[in-house]
Amino acid sequence: MTMPNPHAALFDLNRIESFADRDSPIHRIDPRAKLIVTMLFIVSVVSYGKYEVSALLPFVLYPVVTTALSGVPAGPILTRLVWAAPFAFFMGIFNPVFDRTTVTHIGTLAISGGWVSFVSILIRFSLTVSAALLLIATTGFMTVCDALGRMGLPRAFVTQLMVLFRYLFVLAEEAGRMTRARNLRTFQKRGQGIRVFSFMIGHLLLRTIDRATRIHLAMCCRGFNGMFARVQDLRFRSVDAAFIAGWSALFLLFRSVDIPRWIGRFVETAGR
Amino acid sequence: MSHHLVIAQNLCYVYPDGTRALDGIHFRITHGESVAVIGGNGAGKSTLLMHLNGCLVSVSGSVRVGDFPITTKTLPHVRETVGMVFQDPDDQLFMPTVEDDVAFGPINLGLPPEEVSARVDEALRTVGALHLKRRPPYRLSGGEKRAIAIATVLAMSPSILVMDEPTSNLDPLARRQLIALLKRFDHTLIIATHDLDMALDVCKRTLILKNGKLVADGPTEELLRNRSLLEDCRLEMPLRLQGCPVCGSGKED
Repeated sequence: MTMPNPHAALFDLNRIESFADRDSPIHRIDPRAKLIVTMLFIVSVVSYGKYEVSALLPFVLYPVVTTALSGVPAGPILTRLVWAAPFAFFMGIFNPVFDRTTVTHIGTLAISGGWVSFVSILIRFSLTVSAALLLIATTGFMTVCDALGRMGLPRAFVTQLMVLFRYLFVLAEEAGRMTRARNLRTFQKRGQGIRVFSFMIGHLLLRTIDRATRIHLAMCCRGFNGMFARVQDLRFRSVDAAFIAGWSALFLLFRSVDIPRWIGRFVETAGR
Repeated sequence: MSHHLVIAQNLCYVYPDGTRALDGIHFRITHGESVAVIGGNGAGKSTLLMHLNGCLVSVSGSVRVGDFPITTKTLPHVRETVGMVFQDPDDQLFMPTVEDDVAFGPINLGLPPEEVSARVDEALRTVGALHLKRRPPYRLSGGEKRAIAIATVLAMSPSILVMDEPTSNLDPLARRQLIALLKRFDHTLIIATHDLDMALDVCKRTLILKNGKLVADGPTEELLRNRSLLEDCRLEMPLRLQGCPVCGSGKED
């Protein structure tokens, strides 16, 4: 029997985040600049019509270049993509059923609008999720939170996010230990039911409240006044501005010119 | 210097569920003393520590730190004077990096950035963890976390250091290093612990609690040799003072 292990899933998240400790030209870019570029990227990718496929392809450049320059291994990023892929798959899988209007032909094969939009959804999903994962892998979750705060997100939210991320692992470890303790004393499904589960969840909640109280006390003992001030001061350099300007110009170009179609037309006319 | 005094007068505390956790505690700890607070589970050790910097407020009686009784008004000053190291370092290390965490207190004290960074380095150097500065605390080992938790408090330069079970869950080497570290401090030290060998090493004076009452207060060496007193309080003699289990030498009876 495979044990449900919340800790393993989180360990994976931890792994993505651990790449943020490395050093590379991408890692050195100001987190705010990376955050802005990632948001621009996501907005550009999702802004297309639902039948768009070819125009999305040039956007692959961003994750590929980021991966190459940052030295973050592609394997773990792709694994996470595959993990999350079922969501996108089920979101799009009914499109071919409902949308049967033929939009194009490949040879004699008629392609319905549903299939095109399904492929479009999968591409968009892969692009946006990989961009977000790369942001975390090259910046670190906490630093992204900090950047959000410095860009105007209310500090209360930032503190919440930081504490959430910090104690996610502690909570998962606790849940994992409890699950293991239960599994060691349950035999043939007895004791695995919803009743025990509800006790465990309740117990976990009480423990969490206890811990939250202790953490709050520890914060108060060191003069907590509702703000998390970080030591590192961010400096926005011209390189960071160039990073934003460069990528946004490129995204704008991709958005306004359908490059693959343009290349296709160019090849066609050259061939004549 | 009077601001290093810790005085408890007739301290009583009852938990909301009716448990009487502290019952008429009296003591006076002076500058530079190192004091172990020992007793069985539920004797009131942690509850007592919680009173020393106002995390809990007594039902009757009072705690004075230096020249101030602990009240809501003096609380910020008291918390600057009394540094508290919690038992579970995970409760104490909540910031993204070690550096941020150690700087948390000094920043909240309103110190200028250069002073903050000097204090961070100094505190980390004291606990031998300067190389961990940029690491996130949740990826450190238990011993490293404990060292950082102590550094977070040292960075605030408290005159009085209060610790709850500092040697629990440490491997023997980390424990030994911690003991060496504690022996070097010239702070007033108040340590609640079950590690009686550590108490013997670090603390000159010991308070023994039983059922919320202070049953003994005296030199550590003397109290920790008193077998009947210790056993009465759910304790036993430090292993070092017991006889050799193999040859039986050194046994008193």
